Order: sequence, then C-alpha cells, then structure tokens
Amino acid sequence: MQAHDWIQLAIYLAALFVLAPVLGKFMHQVFSGERTFLAPLLGPAERLIYKLGGVDAQREMRWTGYVVALLAFNVLGGLLTLAQLMTQAWLPLNPEHLPNLPFALALNTAVSFMTNTNWQAYSGENTMSYLSQMAGLAVHNFTSAATGIVVVIALIRGLTRRSGDTVGNFWADLVRCTLYILLPLSLVFSVVLVQQGVPQTFQEYAAAKTIEGAEQIIPLGPAASQIAIKQLGTNGGGFFGVNSAHPFENPTPFTNFLEMLAIFVIPAGLTYTLGLMTGDRRQGWTIFGAMFALFIMGFGLSWWAEMQPNPATGLVSNMEGKEVRLGIMNSTLFSTITTDASCGAVNAMHDSLTPIAGGVALVNMLLGEVIFGGVGAGLYGMLVFVILTVFLAGLMVGRTPEYLGKKIEAREVKWAVVAALAPCVCILLGTAIAASVPAGSATINNQGAHGFSEILYAFTSAAANNGSAFAGIGVNNDFYNYALAICMFLGRFAVIVPVLAIAGSMVGKKIAPPSPGTFPTSGFTFIGLLIAVVLIVGGLNFFPALSLGPIVEHLLMAAGRTF
Amino acid sequence: MNATLNPPTSTPAPAPESSRKKPTAFTDPALVRGAIIDSFVKLDPRTQIRNPVMFVVFVGAILTTIACFTDPSGFNIQVTLWLWFTVLFANFAEAIAEGRGKAQAATLRKMRTTTMARRLKGDREEKVAAGELRKGDLVVCENGDVIPSDGDVVEGIASVDESAITGESAPVIRESGGDHSAVTGGTRVISDRIVIRITSEPGNTFLDRMITMVESATRGRTPNEIALGILLVSLTFVFLLAVGTLRPIAQLSEKLAGQSGVINVSLVVLVCLTVCLIPTTIGALLSAIGISGIDRMIQRNVLATSGRAVEAAGDIDVLLLDKTGTITLGNRQAAAFIPAPGVDEKDLAAAAHLASLADETPEGRSIVVLAKERFNLRARDVAEKHAEFVPFTAQTRMSGVDLTTPEGIVRMRKGAAESVRRWVVENGGEYPQAVTEAVEMVSRSGGTPLVVAEQHCVLGVVQLKDVVKGGIRERFAQLRKMGIRTIMITGDNPMTAAAIAAEAGVDDFMAEAKPEDKLARIREEQAKDHLVAMTGDGTNDAPALAQADVGVAMSTGTQAAREAGNMVDLDSNPTKLIEVVEIGKQLLMTRGALTTFSIANDIAKYFAIIPAMFLGLYATEAGGKGPLAALDLMHLHSPQSAILSAVIFNALIIIALIPLALRGVSYRALGAASVLRRNVLIYGIGGVLVPFIGIKVLDLLLVALHLA
Amino acid sequence: MKNILQSLRILLVLTVLTGVAYPLVVTAIARVAFHDAATGSLVKKGGEVVGSALLAQKTESPKYFWPRPSAGDFATVPSGASNKGPTSADLVKSIAERREKLGKDAPDEMLTASGSGLDPHISPASAKQQAPRIASERKLPLDRIENLIELYTERPQFGIFGETRINVLTLNLALDQPQ
Repeated sequence: MQAHDWIQLAIYLAALFVLAPVLGKFMHQVFSGERTFLAPLLGPAERLIYKLGGVDAQREMRWTGYVVALLAFNVLGGLLTLAQLMTQAWLPLNPEHLPNLPFALALNTAVSFMTNTNWQAYSGENTMSYLSQMAGLAVHNFTSAATGIVVVIALIRGLTRRSGDTVGNFWADLVRCTLYILLPLSLVFSVVLVQQGVPQTFQEYAAAKTIEGAEQIIPLGPAASQIAIKQLGTNGGGFFGVNSAHPFENPTPFTNFLEMLAIFVIPAGLTYTLGLMTGDRRQGWTIFGAMFALFIMGFGLSWWAEMQPNPATGLVSNMEGKEVRLGIMNSTLFSTITTDASCGAVNAMHDSLTPIAGGVALVNMLLGEVIFGGVGAGLYGMLVFVILTVFLAGLMVGRTPEYLGKKIEAREVKWAVVAALAPCVCILLGTAIAASVPAGSATINNQGAHGFSEILYAFTSAAANNGSAFAGIGVNNDFYNYALAICMFLGRFAVIVPVLAIAGSMVGKKIAPPSPGTFPTSGFTFIGLLIAVVLIVGGLNFFPALSLGPIVEHLLMAAGRTF
Repeated sequence: MNATLNPPTSTPAPAPESSRKKPTAFTDPALVRGAIIDSFVKLDPRTQIRNPVMFVVFVGAILTTIACFTDPSGFNIQVTLWLWFTVLFANFAEAIAEGRGKAQAATLRKMRTTTMARRLKGDREEKVAAGELRKGDLVVCENGDVIPSDGDVVEGIASVDESAITGESAPVIRESGGDHSAVTGGTRVISDRIVIRITSEPGNTFLDRMITMVESATRGRTPNEIALGILLVSLTFVFLLAVGTLRPIAQLSEKLAGQSGVINVSLVVLVCLTVCLIPTTIGALLSAIGISGIDRMIQRNVLATSGRAVEAAGDIDVLLLDKTGTITLGNRQAAAFIPAPGVDEKDLAAAAHLASLADETPEGRSIVVLAKERFNLRARDVAEKHAEFVPFTAQTRMSGVDLTTPEGIVRMRKGAAESVRRWVVENGGEYPQAVTEAVEMVSRSGGTPLVVAEQHCVLGVVQLKDVVKGGIRERFAQLRKMGIRTIMITGDNPMTAAAIAAEAGVDDFMAEAKPEDKLARIREEQAKDHLVAMTGDGTNDAPALAQADVGVAMSTGTQAAREAGNMVDLDSNPTKLIEVVEIGKQLLMTRGALTTFSIANDIAKYFAIIPAMFLGLYATEAGGKGPLAALDLMHLHSPQSAILSAVIFNALIIIALIPLALRGVSYRALGAASVLRRNVLIYGIGGVLVPFIGIKVLDLLLVALHLA
Repeated sequence: MKNILQSLRILLVLTVLTGVAYPLVVTAIARVAFHDAATGSLVKKGGEVVGSALLAQKTESPKYFWPRPSAGDFATVPSGASNKGPTSADLVKSIAERREKLGKDAPDEMLTASGSGLDPHISPASAKQQAPRIASERKLPLDRIENLIELYTERPQFGIFGETRINVLTLNLALDQPQ
C-alpha cells in the first residue's frame, strides 16, 4: 500500500465523482425527451430508426405493456442468438472456421448475454466467429444494457410521476438509450482502446515464429468495439477467454483505469439522474453515498487481505492469477468494481484471490448487485432495498411508510420482496442441488473449502447476472450450462417484472407533501440504515454458506492448511 | 336552545392518566389465568396456520417431538420442550392481549341480551325484546329503564347514566332536538321519561359495534399489518430455504474436507436453526400489538370502528380542531367591567353580580367570581332581598333578577347587546352611544360583550373572553414537531380568531366558519394529499366527519355524527384527538421496533449455532475443534449448550417483550429523524447486542444446572 | 404477436446499428489511425513476425529472460490461468518447483502463474535476478545486462498508472541486437 497506489485510487474516485453528475444530467435529458447536444447529429437517425422499426415513440405504456414488450424483445433476441451460435460455421466472418456451438453451450451463452450476465462457459478465441462476437453477442451487450437502464427509468417514473398510469414507451426508451448514451460512449472508448493496443480487425489470426523458433498464433478480431460496450454496459463478456487480464483486452494500465471507470460511470450517473427526476438531488446523492460506502468497505477489506502474506503458500504478495502491469491494487480494485457492478469482466483470476478478497467479490454479488450494480439493474435493485428500508424505518417512526411522498403498501412490499429474494432462491437452491448431485462437484478445480466456494460462486454469479467466475470449475457441461441458464434467466426477469410492477402500482399514487413527521430518505441516517438493510436482508441468508466457503477457508489459510 | 342545560360539554373528561391506573392485563390474575388456558386452546392447527411464522415453529415442535421418540436424548427433549414453550408463549401473548377485550365484551353482551323494550304501537305500549326492535320504532323509557337500542330522543328530556359504556359515573342530559339527542343502547335512564326513535337495525347498534371491536380486534388485519406480514412470511420462507439447503452444502463440505461424522445437521438441529432465524419475536407478538393498540384506544374511551382507522390516525398530518372546548375552555369567562358614562364600575359589577347569582352557566359563575375578585362582592342573602330570578330564554336572550325593594320592583338584566338595547328602549330608557362603542371594542378584541342594565338604565358592559386551555400551546408545538399542522375552526370573526389562534399557537385558523366550510377545507387539504383528522358532534358535522380520514365523533353528539365518524369518543373530549394520533403512531412504531429487534437478533444466533454445527469440520485431530470454532464469539460451553441457549433465548424473549407489545414502545413527540435514530439505537443496535449477552447467560445457567 | 413483430423489426435495426455499423466504423477509424495497434501490435525481426509486443511467448533458453510462468504453457488459443486458490496444495507444489528452478531469491511473481497466461511483463527485480544467468550464458559483463534492464524498464503510465515493469520480448530482442 504505497503512495503510488493511493494516488491511483484517489484519481479513480475523483473521476467517478466528477463524471457521475455530468453523465447523470445527460441521461436525464435523454429520458425526459429533452434535446441533447447530440440531437443535430443523431436526431435524424433516431427518427429513421422509429420509422424502420415502426415505433410510435409518443405512445406511453402501462407497466404491463412495458413488461410484455421488454420480455418479447429480450427473449426473441436470445432465440435469434441461440440460432446464430448453432449455425455460425455456415455464416460469414468466420476466418478461423470455428464450428457450430452445441445446444447446451449455445443456450447458456444466449441466455447469458441476453440477461446482461455474460457468463462464459467458453473462450472466445477458439469458440466464437467474428460474426457471432460482433453481430450476436455485442448486440446483446447493447440491448441488455439498455434494457436494464430503461427498467430503472420506468421505475423512477413510477415513483415520481404525479398523475397517469403509464411508465413510458419501451421502444423509444430502448432506442434513445442505445443511440444517445451507449453508442457514443462506446465509440469514443473503443477508439482509445485501439490506440492503446486492443485489436480491431477482421483479419484472420496472425502467425508468428517466436525468438526460439516456435509457432505462435496471435488471435485477433473486432475486439475493441466489443470490449468498450462490455465494460460500459456492465456486461463483462470477454472477447478473449481470460477477459481483461488478456494483454489484448486490457493492454496498459491506462486502459485498465478506463475499463474500471467505464464499469461504474453509468450506474453512478444514474443515481444523479434519479436525483434530477425526483427534483431533489439529495435523493440521488444519498443512494450514491450508500453505494459508495459499501464499495469502499468492500475494496478496503479486499485490498488489505490481498496484501497479507499467505502462510499456506509462503508467498508475500499474491500474484497468482494477476498481471505484472496492473499489480495488486489495480487487480483488487477491478475485482471489487466488477462484482459491485454486475459486470463480471476480470483483470485477475478471482479463483486465485485470497479467501477474503474472493469472499468480498462473492458477497458483493450475494447482496443483489446493488453497489452501483449493473447499468440500471444496480439502481433498481437498490431502490427495492430502499423500499424495504423505508418500510421498516417508516414503521419505526410511526407513519405508514412513504418514499418520495408515495405510500409503500402491501403490494409494493410484496413485489419488493419477490425482487429481493428471487436471486437468493436461485443461489441457495442451485448450490444445494449442485452439492447433492455428482455432476455438481465433479468438475471443481480446487479441493477443500475453496472447491465449495467455486460452486457457490458460479450460482451466485449467474443469479446475480454478474458473469465473473471462480473459473477453475469446469462449467461447459450439461449440468452447469442448463442450471446456470435457469439461474441467469430468473435472476434477471424475476427481478425486472416485480420492479416494473412496483413502477406500475406506484405511478398512480398521490404524492404527500413532506413534513417534519415524514421520514427523511436523504442524509446520513438513511444511508446508514440502507446499508444495514442491504447487509442484513441481502446477506444474512448466506451466512451459513459463506461460513463453509470463504470464512472457513480464510481460517484454514491462516493456519497454513492446504488441500 | 337552553343555555343552562349543557352539562355534557362541561363535565371534565377523565385525565388519560386515570385510565392507566386500571390494572394492566399482566397483573390481573383472572386475565392471566384465562390467557394461560387460551394458550393451550390456540394449539389447534387451524388457529396456528393463521400465523405462518409461528406455524413453522409449531411444525418444528412436532418434528422434534417425533425425534424424541426415536432418540430420547436430553438435548432433544429439552429442545422439544422449549419449542413448545415458544409456541405457547406466542399464544399467550395473543390471549392476554385479547383478554381484557373479551371480558369487556362479555359484560356488554350480557347487557344487550337481557334488555326488554317498551315499544309504542299507536298509543299502546308493548313489551318486546331489544333484539326485535327495528329502525324507526318508537320506544318509551322511564326512570330506571335500560335504553334498548340506539336512537334519537324525539320527546322529553332525561338524565341518562352512560357509565356502562363510558365508565363515567356522572349522568348526562339527553333531550329532544338539538345536538344532544342521541342515546345509546345499554345506557340507563335515571330520571324523567323520554320517547326514543330507534335508529339502528339489530346487530348494528353501537353496543354491537363495540362488542365486535373489543373482542375481535384480530379479525380484520390492517393494510399495514398485511404488508408487514408479507415481509415476515418472505423472510421466514427464505430462512427456511437457507436452512433447508444447508444440509447438502454441509455434507459436501465435509466430503471436501476429507472427513466424516464431524458435522451436526440432524433434523433437530436444523429445526433449531430455523426457529432461531425466522422472525419469531415479531411473529409471536404481532397480533398482540394490534389488539393492544385498539385496547389502548378503548382504555381512553375511544371506540374505533376498525383497526384501519387506528392506523390511519398515525398518519394524520392536519388536525382540524374546533376552537370551543378543544382549544379554549368550553365557555367564556368574564374579564372586565366597562361601565357606561356616569356609572361607577363598582355599581356595574354589583349589578352584574346580582344578575348572575342564579345563573349556573360557566359564564354566569365567572361574572360572580370576577366581581368577588375585583370588588370583594360576596353572595348576599338573596332570599332577604326577595329576589326572583329570571332565567335565560331563547326569546328574551337575557337573564337576570327582579328585586322586590321598598321602592318597588327593581329589574336587572344582562344579555346580548341587541336584546338589552331593545329591553331598555321598551322600558323607556336610553341606550348610550358609549356603550355601543364599548360593545364594538370588546367584539373586535376577540371577546364577547354582555350588556348589563337596571330598569331603563344601561350600566355598562361585561367583557367575556375566551380562555385558552392550559398546556395547549405546548401540545401544538409537539404536534408541529411530529409534522402535524393544526387548524382552528371557529365561528368568530377573523380578528377574534386571529387573536386566539396566536395565543393558542395553532398553525392556521378558519374564522366565521360554517359547517359546510369545514367540509370544503377538509377536501382542500386532502386534495393537497394531506391526511386530515377532525372532531365533531353536531348533525352539521356529519359530512365533514365522513370526509375526514379520521373523524372522531363525540359520544354526546347526534346519532348522525356518531355514524359518520370512524371513531367515537365516549368522553366527548375533543382534545382526545391528539392522543388518538399518538396511539396510532405508537402502534406502528411498536411493530417496526420489534421487527427490527427480531431480525437483528439473528446475528448473535448465527454465532451461537453455526460454530456448534460445524465445530469438528476441518479439525486436524479426531474430535478436536476445527477453524470455525473462531466464530464462537461467546465461548459457549458445548455445541449442545450453544444451540439450546439460542432456542431458550428465542422463547424467553417473547415473554420478556409481551409487556412492551401491550404497552407500546415509549412515545415521544419528536421529529421523524430523531425518533428513527432513537429507535434504531434501542431496537436495532440493542437487538444485535442483547442476544449475545442473553445467550451467554443462559449457557452459563445451563451448565450450572447440569442441563447441558 | 404485435409485440413479436415489433421486437423483430427493432432487433433487426439495432443489430445493423450496433452489430454491423458500429464495429465497421471503429474498424475503419482503427485502420486509418492506428493500424499496427489494431492488428495485434506485431513485432518483426528481419521482416519476420516474431510475436506480439503485448503477448508473452514461451522462452526457455537460459540465454533469454524468462517470462512469468503460464498455466497454459503460453498457449494463445485460448490462453489460461491456473485458477488455483490460496489453499491449493497443487499451487504450493508448483511454487516449490519454480523456486527450485529459479532460485531461492526469485520474486513472488516468478513463482506464480499470470492471470492471462500471456503476461508480457516481469518486474525489474525479476529481471535483475535473472541477469547473472544471462550474462554468464552470453558471456557478457553483468553491468551491460543491467544497463539494458534499466533502459527497457517501463515506468508507470503517465507517471501514475500501473506498475514499473519490463517487457520480456522487447528486452530479449534487445539482447539479440548486435551492439
């Protein structure tokens, strides 16, 4: 923990603080239908898309209409990708002549990208054609990110609108999000990535003769364009197998810095958008504050743990699975950020992290990916916790709870509970099933407590739509491909549907004017309470499982035990 | 209306403290005995399943009981006993909360069933059972009769003893016409004769409603209770899942550790973990909290038509209060004598004193008091003066006295300015301009002028002033802190109203308000999304009472008013509204506090049970302690004593918290932020720490008693 | 049904936009502005491609600096990591073997496999630890090797980001350069 590390951390945090309001304000303009500075350039494109797509952008939808459109769009997109992956050998842009994917892997991958998870049971270099990458998976990187964002926008509309029963137009939100936010950011980011050394070409893989005369194949492809959106959209699916640890995917410390920033910038910006949409910026900063505090706590713990010597291996610095150019601080920071957000890109192997750092990554996901979280998903997840917090706190001050002036009643509590607990059910049931059947533990890569952590991590990552892995475990088999596909699907849509239901039931409610008797949902007391609810409601269920995974492994490591 | 006959509003309402002196349910042995019996009756699975959280414990207890037969170890038997105790404690909490209501309902029901009515058929009277009376029937009640059903007095006037319902022993006057015409079934006429038109169908009388209310507070769950119920059931479900999935996970871990037989995931232990994790504390006490909230209302002689109304009271942020009786004392008091030109103030005082001696109204009495204070005038022997008192009538709008003196009859009158002016002029006197001015001045300053005259000579003006109740200003300041705005309603002119509003410290006032203005104002506030509470008694108030989110009708009021409101205050004390709001808030707070406490408890329980289950996992030697022993922060004696202590703590905390559930958490009128901080500190942080201590103490006890 | 047709149309439009137009635009910019960087940062020696400046390659000859261990033995399609956890007996064994091979004073990063399996860098300390071997194999004075290490040491980017490091391939090519 040298000064050099602290300076990098400080620059990162400062950049986040500066960019969140800038982007947040811009996103507010986009979703309130205001004219943005990009309008002269993209306005005609937007109108053209509406025309080609047959969208009446002015027609508002009730929450049910929004859900149906969203599900139809996502599921159909997933099915098309499934078909594409299973036929890629016959499609163009396949210079390496990669074969069609088998059904189980294709299904797992299609669901994975559709749900913004980007769990990868494959390595891109030897599995995916250029077309599958750019016109299949990367398209999902845009649309799944946009889906997450528009859901939270619909939710905030539900929480803040004073009249009506509609929450927006899904198609218009989707198009505007993609066109004005995701595409321009990705374009700029990908050019910087190329400049730093990330490949962007349709050439076939290059061949080299090493200085010792051996053959080396150098994998290439349209990587930069996909990596940009994979970070910005908190997708995380690497173009190459080892993701952002790969020198082509993350060639310099500067790209590493930008990739980390790209993960958080939209989720952090959305908190500011929330503030603007509620008309009270403190509401946004309060959520930002709670997320930020949880992030810093997790990172601090991780970093500390990674700096401790390991009595089991006798190593002083834990460089297993890490890259020299990035070092321990940047690897730990990345691992915290990528699991706080439901990104799942990795620049170091999480499987080789110390039990506490790996445990922090695990807990970040177990809490429901609400620490900035996935684009949109993090904020709507956090708002679900806000609703539960407000409910508990409202009771404690003796008033029917309300958030932003709207009453929280049985219906909202019911949906909030479903949204908060759906991933939880997937994780617990999935892990238990994997622990019971031979296929579940047949492919683990580590023995002892760490082996169990690999299983728990897999189901957690899938249900939380993260996509990172304790990657030693072999998951390209029927059991994991199907089981995790189910978890990913439920972890995504069993949260989105209740969230939109909350939007629908809140939108028609009256907004009570605030008074001293109203429980304040901004400020430090609320931040503290929200954090407590996230940790207790989100985490308490997992204490037994965690005690058999990272907790006991940490104690074993301290005792110098190996397996 | 006869101004001398309005005792109901002036009967002092019992202070809330007095009702607290009633024995609490916990200290009344008869109630406790009944509750203990009920605790066992409630073991019926059909009753249990209504409370899903406790049903899980119930099923757990059955499972461990079965386990006792296959493996009757001391541990299993003790666990089983304590699980049954947990269920019984929860039943007891509910039973004791219901107890008082049940007793009260039994008394009321007895009263209802035995009453006979004297129904009028034309001129004839017939005896019928009270239960056969229909709306619109006319019945006669005379001295000693129990009024058979709710109704309006259509003929006569009588004193009525309403103590059966209000607990207040002083009789009240009920008469036909006006705002004091309503009578309640079950009360007793103790003088005179009245004819009553029945206004309620059988089964829907006030008494019926009261019985339903007190005995079945559990039946209708309030929206808030439902919402909390959903949260608790979901938590229960997910903890069940967490424990249910633990067995395969633990078995895999054992395998990965290369060990066998070192973990304890037996059914009994898993049941223990489940019971400790699910929110049993709040689950057991939830219905007791709701019942006791309504019970607290009843103890304060407020009858709510539904639990929903009680809850809504906690959300009120605008209070509409009538000035008279709520903010000011029901009656005005004499404040000054303003003599007419050429009249000595003392003469004015003497005349006013004389004219008021027989006037039993508070205004009259206050004149006597003022005269005594200012000029030391005492009640002379009026009989010696051959005085004849002239009572107030609606026609004359004056009262006074006729003195037979050697010089002839001297008439003294006091009354409204216009009436006295007419009387003086009729008697050939003059009404001086200065008096007119004095009258105007008094009116402008927020007072009421009474003009005093002797024969044809105007002596001057007595200034009557509203007297703001003691402590009301502080009360309003508290309400403001709680986020509740008070609006004073008065028929006074704006200037008078402003003066009183400033003195009382209300936030806003409505002057020259007509009843329909009240309704308009409520709608206006509701349109701004405020929740409004008000009190009322007259038929005029009925629409506003119905419109208000919480409408408290005075029990002395008309039947129309009583039916329009969602609460009836049997004491007819308008200030009670403030207490109603507090009870509503307290009810919600108690639920929130115990929920927080219940969930926070889980942390310590984990630290007791998890290391106990996995103590041997990854141990280096057979039978040794593995690394997870580090989680045993409390250094408990053995795995068995640890689990047992957690289960016992879980059961005992229910009993320990019953008094809190019945009493409600202590309530302070503070802003939401400070209330929250306080409750989080006590019930959140406290909820984390208390079980650590409790479980450790129990563990030491178990060891000392050789039970583990 | 209406939603399905609508979905198809929008999917098609967005696929063309984000899946075709966008990568083509980026590729076009890359081709014009950053051709070498966009095509794998290939390194040539005498016209022959000897590798990528960004990827480690297997180097076992004692004449060369060795890169960090690769769990996938420097395979590129795909590359990989050990994914061994901190209590892994296999990891302990690997570390012991590497320590055996590289010497007791080998820095931790030379004892552990990299994340990508293709980590192109080692720390200056690792380079210095290997310097005596190179010097003796190549029969060159040690200080010349150490000067070369100094020369090829990369500082944190912009003075801020990342660690001080040395690219093994670049350094090895420099070793092979005639004076």
